Amino acid sequence: MIRFALSMMMVLAIAVPAHAEVKIQEVTSDSGLTAWLVEDHSIPFVALEIRFRGGASLDAPGKRGAINLMTALLEEGAGDMNARAFARAGEALATSFGFDVGDDSLSVSARFLTENKDASVALLRAALVMPRFDDEAIERVRGQVLANISAEAKDPNDIASRTFDQIAFGDHPYASSPSGTEQSVSALTRDDLVAAHRAVMARDRIYIGAVGDITPEELTALVDDLLDALPAEGAPMPPAAEVTIPGGITVVPFDTPQSVALFGHSGMAQEDPDFFTASVLNQVLGGGSFESRLMEEVREKRGLTYGVYSYLVPKDLAAIYLGSVSSANDRIAEAIEVIRAEWAKAAAEGVTQAELDDAKTYMTGAYPLRFDGNGPIARIMVGMQMLGLPTDYIATRNERVEAVTLGDVRRVAAELLDPEGLHFVVVGQPAGLQSTPAN
Amino acid sequence: MIRLTALAAFFSLLPGFLAADNEAVTAFELDNGMQVIVVEDHRAPVVQHMVWYRAGSADEPKGSSGVAHFLEHLLFKATDKLEAGELSATVARNGGRDNAFTSYDYTAYFQRVAADRLELMMSMESDRMRNIRLTEDNIRTERDVIIEERNQRTENNPSALFGEQMSAAQYLNHRYGVPIIGWMHEMRTLDMQDALSFYETYYAPNNAILVVSGDVTPEDVRRLAEKYYGVIPANPDLPERIRTKEPPQTAERRLIFRDARVAQPYVRRSYLAPERDPGDQKAAAALTILAEILGGGTTSYLANALQFDEPIATYSGAFYRGVSLDDTTFTILAVPRSGISLQEAEDAMDAALVDFLVDGVDAEQLERIKLQIRADQIYARDDVDRIANRYGQALASGLTVEDVQAWPDVLEAVTAEDIVQVARDVFDIRASVTGWLMREEVTQ
Repeated sequence: MIRFALSMMMVLAIAVPAHAEVKIQEVTSDSGLTAWLVEDHSIPFVALEIRFRGGASLDAPGKRGAINLMTALLEEGAGDMNARAFARAGEALATSFGFDVGDDSLSVSARFLTENKDASVALLRAALVMPRFDDEAIERVRGQVLANISAEAKDPNDIASRTFDQIAFGDHPYASSPSGTEQSVSALTRDDLVAAHRAVMARDRIYIGAVGDITPEELTALVDDLLDALPAEGAPMPPAAEVTIPGGITVVPFDTPQSVALFGHSGMAQEDPDFFTASVLNQVLGGGSFESRLMEEVREKRGLTYGVYSYLVPKDLAAIYLGSVSSANDRIAEAIEVIRAEWAKAAAEGVTQAELDDAKTYMTGAYPLRFDGNGPIARIMVGMQMLGLPTDYIATRNERVEAVTLGDVRRVAAELLDPEGLHFVVVGQPAGLQSTPAN
Repeated sequence: MIRLTALAAFFSLLPGFLAADNEAVTAFELDNGMQVIVVEDHRAPVVQHMVWYRAGSADEPKGSSGVAHFLEHLLFKATDKLEAGELSATVARNGGRDNAFTSYDYTAYFQRVAADRLELMMSMESDRMRNIRLTEDNIRTERDVIIEERNQRTENNPSALFGEQMSAAQYLNHRYGVPIIGWMHEMRTLDMQDALSFYETYYAPNNAILVVSGDVTPEDVRRLAEKYYGVIPANPDLPERIRTKEPPQTAERRLIFRDARVAQPYVRRSYLAPERDPGDQKAAAALTILAEILGGGTTSYLANALQFDEPIATYSGAFYRGVSLDDTTFTILAVPRSGISLQEAEDAMDAALVDFLVDGVDAEQLERIKLQIRADQIYARDDVDRIANRYGQALASGLTVEDVQAWPDVLEAVTAEDIVQVARDVFDIRASVTGWLMREEVTQ
């Protein structure tokens, strides 16, 4: 009786997916910068997201880690304030700034109360435009970065990532950690940091999203106020990476009870017309939920791991398809065998109609749930701009997922999935696994 | 400022400043004793549905450590009406995501989904409150999964292993000294009987709190809650929640944990500290602000003393977890710069505490912290799920709705004198554990 009621409800529920009502306005400032805005005056604060394309991949030759260290120093003294004065000023406004940098972009995430807007923008402007790079701050933060680098060298997950990136990306910046090495970071000078700032924080690569209690006029004025003083052009973008991942296994001996494995092969660019099909395929194969084939086979049926996942990684300059799993040293070989078999099965047969339907309802239903706060919406809008998507993309995105057919998935699975081409990097003391000879 | 990756886990312990003003919160109780909290936010058609049980690892019987968390995993298996995995699959098919978590004082289950699917969530969650059906195969396989979870979270992480030893030394007679996930040797012995016994004892409406946040009205939640949860009878044999008490702690404890995988040695000290108690949150409020004053980032007292004035530490911090059923801890920590020994770091940390008690509280810093508490009441409205979590956590840890709503005012009323007094009370070396996390010494 109740089972019947449940299925009735599910049918109804699926028929009416939630719809995210996000009204994006595109505004252009006097100086020509474009920003996307979602006005919402219900809570008196604004979330502002700014990204500079290029990120840590713009490090100059021999200066690996300069952009990462520079980014960490943006809030460590600016204008006429030293690090502590800057932090006190932020606290006194109850504003918060986050600065982060990755392979493809440097991001600035700010949050401020409406009543403190002007003072908060002035403070953020100082950090972006007038960072001091005081010697005291450089040495203090350099010590923190070096501590992180030494921690990464002893963390099995970091060791696995680093090893995989070296195999995948050769001499491209993607092959090495944005943090740099102990040697490269120790050698960085203040001049290197000034050059790093100039290379990445320029007006020709800015993407801006704002959400909250602010009007279009206020936003355009804010944008010019904040970013007008930055240089017009930064460093040229690096070339695309050549991805050459040989199939096989690389064991990195590390004395720890559980082996950590990272695996993958080449992937698919986000601009590729088949990207949605690949996303649906990945949802079925290893996309994060308890229902994926990998979770079912490796965790639910065999108890070999706490979690196993696969994910498409479409970076700006290369695309790879990755997965991860951790199992006790005496069980990791079996986990790898099961994963390779699932990869082969999906490559040969694609997915079933039921799996396709479930993946679609999940992806279309989950999409609106991402728009759950001013900060998340600002970040999503900047991501869309960096991909060159239109402001009305949100309304059409689910139709693209719905349009994926079983035949599409089968074709893309056969093209994309390469069970023999998978390379597994295993960090630990795995029983019964050895590195394959380098080719 | 760079956050040290090796210490990332500590940040999750940072006390969230609680907020009450302007929150659309409604509280009521069903006839069978199940508490219900509704937090409204109609900006997006999303709902979070949570059920919190007042049962965590500290409620486990001796010898079965980890059973609360094991049972949490097993609740995703079959019930009378659902196949194993069907609940999560149904949530996913509806575009939602679901999960669960276990702590010392509670176990909680949640789904985040489109608002019009709330009834479906309640029908499934209420079903597994009473009707799980486990097989021996479930037990064997899922026990392997939790062992791999312990491998991943703890055995592969020297900082986590060190933390277990610190807690075990801190608590002489209380279950907070036993890890939530369990000791490995006891996890290996967990069986069907252990899991079902815990389930039968604690999983009942009169031991549960329903917390729904998002695009819902209290009226709709009440109607649905009465339909699905209200029909489940209360457990008349629910045991009173009486835990063993700590005896007076009279001996300073020191420990050294050595592991070859340690990249960044550090010194950490925990002191036994009072928690937030119903109707009595003043000391906890002062401790919450004390942690912020001592360890809350660039402007904090420890950062000034150990990172700016003297280049002793790469990182320093202070942590206090006020939401807890029984005595909690106040922790300080210093990661020495290269070339500085753990003894030097510990001495500098101790000297800073002594200086702080002499200097007292910087009035401007206290005012800035209070300003941020007020501002957070505005920011919190952008994230109602966080507000919902606060209520669930507090109510499952012995606090009342009134306590949660009074908390911002209690914080606001804290004076500089209160903070110094509570610091004097809590920094009692006899009730402390000092630990050094070190690299393994290599012997020839």
